[in-house]
Amino acid sequence: MAKFIRKGDKGTPGINTASLPDIVFMILMFFMVSTSMRQTDRMVNVRLPEASEVIRLERKDLSSYIFIGTPSLQYQKEYGTDSRIQLNDSFRTVKDISDFVAAEREALSEADRELMTISLKIDENTRMGIVTDVKQELRRCSALKIMYAARKTVTH
Amino acid sequence: MADISFLMLIFFLMVSTMDPETGLSRRLPPMPADNAQVEDLKVNRRNMLDVKINSRNGVMAGGKVILSDADLEEIVIEFLTNPSDRTDLPSKTVKYIEAWGREWPVSDGVISLQNDRQSSYSKYVEIQNILVRAINKVRDDFSIAHFGNVYNELNAEEQEIVREAVPNRVSEAEPLDVTKQ
Repeated sequence: MAKFIRKGDKGTPGINTASLPDIVFMILMFFMVSTSMRQTDRMVNVRLPEASEVIRLERKDLSSYIFIGTPSLQYQKEYGTDSRIQLNDSFRTVKDISDFVAAEREALSEADRELMTISLKIDENTRMGIVTDVKQELRRCSALKIMYAARKTVTH
Repeated sequence: MADISFLMLIFFLMVSTMDPETGLSRRLPPMPADNAQVEDLKVNRRNMLDVKINSRNGVMAGGKVILSDADLEEIVIEFLTNPSDRTDLPSKTVKYIEAWGREWPVSDGVISLQNDRQSSYSKYVEIQNILVRAINKVRDDFSIAHFGNVYNELNAEEQEIVREAVPNRVSEAEPLDVTKQ
């Protein structure tokens, strides 16, 4: 006739998970807003140089990327270890840049074409020779707004 | 609901690249037309600061070998401000800045950055960075003197005035073989 069963020796009650969806949803929203999807596979090793006076790229949608660096391991057999240029998804030479720029420019609306920025993602150990060639080619196809991509120095 | 959100969360975690796009913004000079005569730009000697990087990443500015970053920064700042109006440093042109409603002697100085094909990109960016830093310092000094705050804290209109008074004139020179000269 034990009418009063003693509570409390069954351990602590579980945490109420009713708000879990809200929390997860909030984190999800944060990541959705803050991410930018990686559009291309990186085929070259790029370790950006450091700089303290960097500024943010204002409009990511108006920027095109040129990668320069040594081919990554799986491509080294074919392309060697000398610095190469990657445009979109393949290794290219300096001559292909004008086509690339024309295509990128075509993809933008008329009003935005003036604002197109070429972001140069160049490995810090690259020699300036190839960079100069690229810059000259960019001048030739009048893509004059460029950005030397760099990491912000953490301590200064 | 929570499960679906969780899956999506995991997906975005995997595909996201969090690195913000930062860098040094520059404007290349337009290519001269082929048939155009290469005009010798009559930039007065005193208005030109040559910064050169050679194949072994040695740096020279205005004929002096640069050993530390601070030295270069000092030279650039002195070049841009020319505080004691020396005749071997850039001249100034008094210019009426409309938004400000005042006249200000704007320096005519141009910094020309030259590099060798063998110099390393990291050195190049480092030097570019020092040049930008020096210009930013001059702008900050100007801002504090006239608007009472650093450049970044000013409103857009004031920043425009500061930019006009302290222009950013770093020229990306035609490629040269610096070492052979």
